[in-house]
Amino acid sequence: MTQVKAKERKLTIARAMAESIAMEMREDETVFLMGEDIGELGGVFGNTRGLYKEFGPDRVKDTPISETAFIGAAVGAASDGMKPVVELMFVDFFGVCFDAIYNMMAKNTYFSGGEVNVPMVLMTSTGGGYSDGGQHSQCLHATFAHLPGMKVVAPSNAYDAKGMMTAAIRDPNPVIFMFHKALQGMGWLGTEKEAIVDVPEQTFEVPLGVAAVTREGTDVTIVGITSGVHHGLKAARELEQEGVSAEVLDLRSLVPLDREAVLKSVKKTGRLIVVDEDYHSYGMTAEIIATVAEAGIPMKAPPQRVAYPDIPIPFTPPMEQWALPSVEKIIQAFEKMKEAEV
Amino acid sequence: MTPTQEQEIWMYQHMVISRFFEESIEKIYMEGKTPAFNMAKGPIPGEMHLSNGQEPCAVGVCAHLNKDDIVVSTHRPHHVAIAKGVDLMRMTAEIFGKKTGLSGGRGGHMHIFDANVNFSCSGIIGESVGVAAGAALSRKMQGKPGVAVAYLGEGAANQGAFHEALNLASVWKLPVVFVIEDNAWGISVSKQASTAVKHNSDRAAAYSMPGIHISDNDPIQIFEKAGEAINRARNGEGPTLIEIETSRLAGHFMGDAEAYRPAGEKEHLVEIDPIPAFKRRLQKLYQWTEQRDESLRKQARETVEAAIKYARDSDYPAPEEALEKVFV
Repeated sequence: MTQVKAKERKLTIARAMAESIAMEMREDETVFLMGEDIGELGGVFGNTRGLYKEFGPDRVKDTPISETAFIGAAVGAASDGMKPVVELMFVDFFGVCFDAIYNMMAKNTYFSGGEVNVPMVLMTSTGGGYSDGGQHSQCLHATFAHLPGMKVVAPSNAYDAKGMMTAAIRDPNPVIFMFHKALQGMGWLGTEKEAIVDVPEQTFEVPLGVAAVTREGTDVTIVGITSGVHHGLKAARELEQEGVSAEVLDLRSLVPLDREAVLKSVKKTGRLIVVDEDYHSYGMTAEIIATVAEAGIPMKAPPQRVAYPDIPIPFTPPMEQWALPSVEKIIQAFEKMKEAEV
Repeated sequence: MTPTQEQEIWMYQHMVISRFFEESIEKIYMEGKTPAFNMAKGPIPGEMHLSNGQEPCAVGVCAHLNKDDIVVSTHRPHHVAIAKGVDLMRMTAEIFGKKTGLSGGRGGHMHIFDANVNFSCSGIIGESVGVAAGAALSRKMQGKPGVAVAYLGEGAANQGAFHEALNLASVWKLPVVFVIEDNAWGISVSKQASTAVKHNSDRAAAYSMPGIHISDNDPIQIFEKAGEAINRARNGEGPTLIEIETSRLAGHFMGDAEAYRPAGEKEHLVEIDPIPAFKRRLQKLYQWTEQRDESLRKQARETVEAAIKYARDSDYPAPEEALEKVFV
């Protein structure tokens, strides 16, 4: 018997998202796309590239710059048997259309006692680091995850992006699918190479609400999502040089939140650093630490968080780079914990 | 397009049911709320927006719709829900917050959803329009019959959502009709004080769609104009905007002292109440006798009373059921 090794096929998150959407569109006629510049241009962030050519303007619909209208329309279409995938180009643009998102999309299932489903995906770009200023660089993870009625997911690599997009399209509930610009594999946004991974050609799902242990370790747990996972992995490699074994947990999903995975890891390591490019206060970092605190897990040191300071995102590179989470900040957080133990 | 005798009687009947319903709700709403008015008390807590006077907008449009057509209504939804054929028993139970309600008490009077007849509404001003446009898009893409109707108040025409959705519906030539119920008041602010155009229907020109203005709260005129608009939509000719000058006989919500109304306005509105006017029309055209009228009213009363009894007799949901149905 000869063993055939599957050929490696490395994809960017952008290509993985487009591939998943294309495969679902081939299988299911009710799946269609709406958004700004998602047609011929293929999406400002590349995640709808090739779809217009294959499926045409009826199913890949460029919209007017009217987020309220087309996200509202997605709610109406989803309630009537369609499965819209819509793009809010930058998550920062949520202000104008939050009624459609939060008062309609996220609540109609509940208000109908579960009789009206809203199976739609709202994909949206997050993150900064390339001096795009404070209205094009936010993550806003907690803004969405705080509000009940919608799933909120955010992959850190192309494999998860394909599997989670497929799961999101097939989910009968509304799903916010966040993708970090620096992980998209668009050169002009500062590509994170480790987000480009081997992706199977066939269709597959990565279940929403299940975290992944990206790196096993025994001395400290680093919890992150999107860019935070990559900072965590790099920090873990540096810590290894100093003989510290760090475990990195990729949440992948904020709603549902895999609290069990966090508890399991922290029970083992007794130390916790949470990394998030979203704002520091009232955010994901606090939620993770509260989860651990409520479970009463004995800790070797007080948990630490590395998150964005509570300021609008500044433009100038020295300020923005200083404010972003980084490998150095994670190392510092670890050193702070060690000092507290002495 | 003129209504048949049968259609006229259907419209009159549903206006009467709707009025009995609102009058009954009005009485029950005050149970437990006197002498001190406390919105949280009584069998019907919360805000209550009555539709008395606006019934022609409901029946004149919905007379053309079937179960499969889609209606997205407003925070003042009862008359439209009744005309669209929403299950009155379960709707009433919902308003009472009972387990047997359309959503088991999770929605309340501003969030009436009945998937069986494709009816929904929203408490957010102007958000009906995008949803209706999307449902219309869905029908168009699936090649399924059906039109969508979005109801909104005249105040909602000053919301961005309205302009975005009209533009989108026109660009994509969607089978949707936008119906503005102009009751002249956005809570306490008059249309005149808030709106740059005299008729919101003029705004249709900006979106290359017909804008129809109906100056009378007259179910027959509404029937005629809505029929043309709905036919346009069914024939794939795109959206229409209709604005109807209607009457809000009650306050914005129950408990509204209505001090902002000019003297004599309310009395005038009662004089032009569309229900007695419709009865006079039926008498003139169709030998509508007092006996037939009483029989129709009795039936309407019984329908409403049965729904109210059902709601009163139903149990409240267990509190922890609140945790269910967030996701499916």
